[in-house]
This record gives sequence, structure tokens and C-alpha cells, in this order.
Amino acid sequence: MSRRSKKQAAAAPVGWRAFMVLAGLFVGAALLVYRAVDLQVFDDGFLSRQGDARHLRVARLSAHRGPILDRHGEPLAVSTPVDSLWANPGEVTPEIDRLAEVAQVASVSQDWLARRLSSNVNREFVYLRRHMPPNDAARVLRLKVPGIYTQREYRRYYPGGEVTGHLVGFTDIDDHGQEGLELAYDEWLRGHPGAKRVMRDRLGHTIADVESIRVARPGQTLETSIDLRIQYLAYRELKRAYLDHRAVSASVVVIDVDSGEVLALANQPSFNPNKREDYEARRYRNRAATDIFEPGSALKPLIVASAIEHGLYEPHTVIDTAPGYMRIGGWLIEDARDFGAIDVTTVLTKSSNVGATKIALSLESGQLWSTLAGFGLGNVTASGFPGESAGLLNDPVHWRPITQATIAYGYGLSVTPLQLAQAYATLAADGVRYPVTFQKLESSPVGQRVVSPQTAQAMLSMLETVISPEGTGQLAAVPGYRVAGKTGTSKKTEAGGYADDRYRSVFAGVAPVSDPQLAIVVVIDEPRGRDYYGGDVAAPVFASVMSGALRLLAVPPDGVLPPASGEILQAAIDPAVVQ
Amino acid sequence: MIFDEARQFRETRPLGLIARTLRTLHLDGPLLVGLIALACLGMVILYSAAGQDGDIVVRQAVRFGAGLAAMFLLAQVPPHFLRLWAPYFYFLALVLLLLVIVTGDVGKGAQRWLDLGLIRFQPSEIMKIALPLMAAWYLHQRSLPPGLLTIIVLTIMVITPVVLIGIQPDLGTALLIASSGAIVVLLAGVSLRFIAVCSGLGLALAPALWLTMKDYQRSRVLTFLDPESDPLGAGYHIIQSKIAIGSGGVFGKGWNNGSQAQLEFLPERSTDFIFAVLGEEFGLLGLLTLLVLYLVIVGRGLWIASQAQNTFSRLLAGAISLTFFVYLIVNAGMVSGLLPVVGVPLPLVSYGGTSMVTLMAAFGILMSIHTNRKLLST
Repeated sequence: MSRRSKKQAAAAPVGWRAFMVLAGLFVGAALLVYRAVDLQVFDDGFLSRQGDARHLRVARLSAHRGPILDRHGEPLAVSTPVDSLWANPGEVTPEIDRLAEVAQVASVSQDWLARRLSSNVNREFVYLRRHMPPNDAARVLRLKVPGIYTQREYRRYYPGGEVTGHLVGFTDIDDHGQEGLELAYDEWLRGHPGAKRVMRDRLGHTIADVESIRVARPGQTLETSIDLRIQYLAYRELKRAYLDHRAVSASVVVIDVDSGEVLALANQPSFNPNKREDYEARRYRNRAATDIFEPGSALKPLIVASAIEHGLYEPHTVIDTAPGYMRIGGWLIEDARDFGAIDVTTVLTKSSNVGATKIALSLESGQLWSTLAGFGLGNVTASGFPGESAGLLNDPVHWRPITQATIAYGYGLSVTPLQLAQAYATLAADGVRYPVTFQKLESSPVGQRVVSPQTAQAMLSMLETVISPEGTGQLAAVPGYRVAGKTGTSKKTEAGGYADDRYRSVFAGVAPVSDPQLAIVVVIDEPRGRDYYGGDVAAPVFASVMSGALRLLAVPPDGVLPPASGEILQAAIDPAVVQ
Repeated sequence: MIFDEARQFRETRPLGLIARTLRTLHLDGPLLVGLIALACLGMVILYSAAGQDGDIVVRQAVRFGAGLAAMFLLAQVPPHFLRLWAPYFYFLALVLLLLVIVTGDVGKGAQRWLDLGLIRFQPSEIMKIALPLMAAWYLHQRSLPPGLLTIIVLTIMVITPVVLIGIQPDLGTALLIASSGAIVVLLAGVSLRFIAVCSGLGLALAPALWLTMKDYQRSRVLTFLDPESDPLGAGYHIIQSKIAIGSGGVFGKGWNNGSQAQLEFLPERSTDFIFAVLGEEFGLLGLLTLLVLYLVIVGRGLWIASQAQNTFSRLLAGAISLTFFVYLIVNAGMVSGLLPVVGVPLPLVSYGGTSMVTLMAAFGILMSIHTNRKLLST
């Protein structure tokens, strides 16, 4: 390093060194430009999508479920807004010391909350408490703990409680129908949540709506055929009998004869769909649609109708039932006593098994089967109720004489209460079967003729005698109205045959006979009191439901009132009708 | 002297009132225009980056005003005064750095601030000017190109403040100060061979450096190599900032419209990562504009260095200009994912006080060098 070189360096600063500095400058600038172009031109699409993915979110717009109404617009099921509390555990974790506050306001245990968050720390969504009253949820939000949010949901509320429990069924916590009409009409009732694209900041706050993706569509209203007034009445009377007779279970079905609409349907034991702890199959099963039973004598009218329809008998044809029993292939069929030679009407009045058997055996099995099938036995009704049973009606090729004989008085086949009510409604509707429905109908439905009007008329006249003082169903009488019906008392099956001391009491009937409006079936399973005959246990329930329902529907009386009971007249007739 | 120059210029070409005034005030026109344009662009971006907070922009403007004042004051100081005071200034800065270590305020986990009651500042910022001054002062008295002994003294001169700042810890500033020292040495004229040997040594020492680094510093380097390895942790900053820049495209999303910046996905968006806000909202065109402004300033600075009349002035001017450019490269490189994340602000644009004032003071020195040169007959 000589003096000379120093002078040179000082005198000539622009040499390779200056060039290097400029080159460095250029390279640096070029690198930056390259990087900017690389990111903003070549990677622009990808990085733009990444950017969108960070701040554009699809938000759910909750839509409430459609209400279920009775035929007069009274609510059976409505949706109320609730808020569900949820958390993003990763966001909450830094605020772990505030959990006590949150737990207290949200009324959950602090330990549970801490565990819930720590065991889900890798998730972004975990429910803390579902379906809180909106006020309570708002109080939690006011704590302003990061990572805790609410979500609007709807909860079903059933104003009818256990009175309508079996009908409406219930939904699960996500508001999907699980049982009853809630399940049957789930598609119709279900709300269709909308979606919108929103802009959210890093903390998850929604800044602005960007666009609407789908409009939220609330579910549609379901107008049912149920008449809540009759439903309350039926439920109350059924429950009273259920408790009085310490029965195992009980069902009642009320059908509008001219339309097939179910006006009321109740069972015992029941459940309150508002209380989830009530949810056990034993209680929420809609026995009227799902449980099958051997109808016993209540089936006899259908046998007789078949014989009359096929021209084999008239109501006054005499049948010899002496000596009060008969044997078929080693089986003994017996009456309560020896009725002797009686006409067909009396077979029904006195509920003679021997008479019914002789009538049934006179028919060809195919004829009998087609009448029973025509009344809707062996097939699920058109109601569409979830879990409904088809009952049991074997194909006639499998019938033996004893099969046909036992069917005559209601054994060897099974029906649901709903099917039985449908069959009686068919008799009452001049022999036309209208599809059973839980929906309110706007126009008259198309029915299917099962028996001729003459046969049906004859059947009602004959069945009216059952309610007479000579009949088995006198307790089914309704003051002021002519009632036709039939009792049934069947032995319950048990392992190896029929029980001797366990019965099912049935009454099925229609009123008023001059212009039938309602068909009602009452089934009391295993009454454990002194009485067990259908005429003693089920018939009174029928009478009180029928009389109340006829008055509620303002049906004009067609019967003769006992002259001494003017007070009853006043009570029995709706003042609006008397005017 | 001033009047002599003015006469000279008046004779050679027609001068406007503005040019005469600037000359009188010892200011350099192109440099001043470039600086003001850059600061204005910076405040426009800052308004958006700070979430449309006018107060922050006002505060930044006040700081820029203070910077202009510092620039103006230093422009009036002739270079030979600066040279006389350089050693004292350097040692004062060293003492302040030591004070920081003893009594400094802690901010964000690092001890960088010194509280003098009235003002609170980072002595490391003073060192940014003091070190080039000192190095230029020292080399001015030595023969050039420097001998081995000179380089060793110079190295000690650079290493001491770098270590003091590095243990604060403030790796970014330490690196910048080291680079300003290296630039002085480079400009002083070390041989190519020497540069090669130093580079080799540096590479060989890299593992040792790795061992002395703190965990968060290591993770930054690792994250730089593979940001997606920890997208929610250490890689978060760089991923968000790359998305911000890239999603801006050529024309940007528009002022105040960057989703990454406005929705708070982008961290430190008014300070270290403001470059990404510019890239997102003004696109490639915005970035190129910024780069052009920087190049105008740096180019003018280098021109001033090339016109300087002694070693001290030339080295000082060159070091100030190039260090300024290194700031840009380090910040922009970090924000766009070219370099590891080190906390270096974008000069004159990022929100922050001390750095604004020291940078402007350094440009005041440049102006002083330029306006105080003795005109040779042309």
C-alpha cells in the first residue's frame, strides 16, 4: 500500500469499486422488483384466494321450523328463538382465568367447562351450552371473553304438553323431527337455513355483509286435522279411565266420518315432549298407530257386514246358537250362555261367538278376506304416521277352518286402534272408506266403496241395539243421540296361548246414527280393577268423549231423551244449536 | 464563501429564486423533494394502515417536521466540524448504549429505550450516525486502501456497538449498524481478496453465530426457510404479509380497502409491515413508485458522494446513502419473504419517531457535504 496507490484511489473514485456499488444497488432493486412481480403478478391468483379465504366466511342464517296447528289454528308446536353458546377453544385458552365468570353466568360447572375446552383445544368450534334463553346468552356475551360466541337456533315448544305429545312427537336438538308428525312432515316443516358471505376480521367479528348466497326460508305451517278441544277431552277421559282401572296402557282415536280426518288421538301412558327426560320409548310410543291387538268381538260387525254384503244373511235371518258352544277341529268356541235361536242382530247385541262363527264359516275365505281388507285391515292407513303398524291379516290361502272361525270373533288377526276406527268410520260413511289423515283437508277426499250403502245402513241399525238396555254396550249411550257401536273383550296372548286373567277392553262406535259424524275407538289394555268387559271399561270413555265431542261440534241431537232428565237435556245440548 | 458559490452558479447558468434560496439554506433540492415525497406517500399509507386514524398521521407528520428541523440544523454544520466532533459523538453514543444496558426501559421484551425525562429514545439510533462518522473520521487520517492494522481497529470500532446493541437484543439494528460499518470499509477500498477472505470467515462462523442466537431468533430463521411449517405461530407474520402483497395484484385493492390490512390479519401493519399494506392497496404500481422514490434519494446521495472532495466526506456520504438502501432491502425483503424476519422499519414510511429523526439528520449531513464543497475551477 504505497502513497501512490492512495493518491490514485483518492483521485479516481470511479473504478471497479464504484461499479460494484452501483451493481449492488441494481441487484438489490432488481431483486425487490422481481419479488414484487412474482408475488403480485404470478402468484396473484393464489394469494388473492388465500386472502379471501382469510376474511370471507359463509354465515348461516337460521330459519325457524314451521308451526304445527290444530284445525282451528291453535298451536300444537311452535318454534321459539334460543341461543346456543359456543367457543373457539384456541381463542379462549389465553383467558383461562376468566372461566369462572363464564361458568357462573352460563350456569355450567367450571370444571366441566375447563375440561371441555382443554380436550377440544385443536378444534375451532365447541358447544358450551345449547338452547339458552336469549337473555342469558346475552349476559354471557357481555362478559366479552374472547372466543365465546352465540348462535341463533330455534327450539320447539309444545303448548299441548302431554295432551298432544303422541301426535306431534318431537324434534332433536338440531330441530329435526324424530317422532310423530314432526317426523312425518319433517320435510314440510323444516326451515331451510340461508347463507350469506360476510367479511370477518381476524378476531371473527363480522364487519360487513358481502353477498347473499341463499335466502333463509322458514318451514311451512302444518295445519293438522286435530281439534284441540276434542283432543283435550279425549285425553282427559282416557287418562281418568286409565288411572281408575289401573290399566297398562290405553288409546283413543276420534275420526271424522265424512273425511277420514283424525280429530283426536291420545294414549296412556303419555309424555311431555317439552321435557326431554320424558323421552323413553314406553312413553312416547303412539300406541294408537303402532301397537296391534286382537280386536275380539269388536270385529264381529265386519264379519256380519261381509255376510250381508254377499247376500248370505239379512239382519233378521235366524241362527241357532244352541247349545251355546260348538267344536271345530278340537277347538271349543263358546258363548257367555246359551242364547238359543237368535237373529243376526241379536248375535251382535249379545255378542254371540257361536253365531258369528256360523256366519263366518258360511262365507268363502276369499270373500271374508276381501271385505276385511276393504275395511283397511292388514294395511297401514294412509295417515303416513311414522312407525304405524299394518296389523296382521293373513292371506286366506293359509286359513284353516279354525282360522276363519276365530277371525269371526276377532282372534287370529290383529289391528291397530287407528285401523279399527277407520273400519267403523267406513261403516258410518255409508260403506265408503276415506283415507285416514292427520292433515286438515280443504276439500272432500275421494273414498273407496267397501260395502253398499244398504249394508252399511243395516249394520248401523243392528249396532244401535248393542247400546240398548239389552245390549253389551249400554254404558256407551249418549243422552240425546243415537249411538251405534260394539264392545270387545279379548284375552291377551301370553307365552303358550291366551291368558285367563288379562284382557283388553275395547269399544268402537259411531254417532249420531241418523247422520254419522264421528267414529271413536277406545282400547283399554289390561284393566286391573274388578271390571274388564269392554262394555264396562271402554264404553263409558266412549260415551263421555262422544257426547262432549258432539256438543263441541254442535251436532244436532237425533235421539230421544229420557223425559225425566230435562236438566241433562240442557247440559247435553249446545245452547247455540237450541237457540 | 457562500456568496462566492452563488456568484459562480449565477455565472454558469440561470438560477431561479428557489434554487438560490436552497443554496443559501444549504439544502439540496432533489434530495429534499425525494424525501418529502417519500414521507408524504408514507403518511398516506400510514393513514390506511393505522385503521384511518388521523391522529397517528398527525403525530407522524410532527416527527417528520422534527426530522426536517434536524436535517436543516445539520446541513448548516460544515463537514470539517462534523469531522472534529466525530470521535466525541461516537463515544457519547457508546456511553448511552452502556447506560441502556444498565438502566434502560424494557419495551416488548428488549431493553432498547433510554428515558431522559423529557424524551424517550433509542441510543442505537444515534449510533447509526455516530459509527459512519467515526469510521470516516478514522479512515480520513489513514492511508488508503487501509492496511491490516487499520482494518482491525475499524473492526473493533464497529463490533463494539454492534455487540452492545445485539445484547439488548435488537438484532435488526445491530445488523444495520454492522452493515454501515462494512460499507465504510468497502468504500475505503479493501482489496477483493480481503473481501473474499472475510466472506469465507463469515460463512465459517455462521454455525457459531447460530449457537449464540436466542430461540426466537433461530425460529425466525427457520420460519424464513419454511414459513408454512408453523402457519399460526412463527410463520404467521410472513404468510399474512405475502398474502397481502400478492393479493394486491398489479393495481391494488384501493386505498383503505386491503382486507389483510384493514381486517387486522396483517401484524405490525403500521410499523415494520407497512410495505405489505402498500403492496396490497396500491399493488405492483405502488411498490414500484416507492422503489423509484428510494432510488432517487439513494442515487442523489451517491452522486453527492462521488462529488465529495475528501475521504471523510466521500466515505460518510456513501455510507449514509447505501445504509439507507440496505434499510429498504432488509425491510422489503423481510416483508415479502426474501429475508428472515428482523425488526427493521421501512425508512421514513414506518410509524416511529427516533428513526425518522436520525435518518433526516443523516440526510442533513449529506446536504452539508454537498453544499459546503469548495468549487474548483471548471
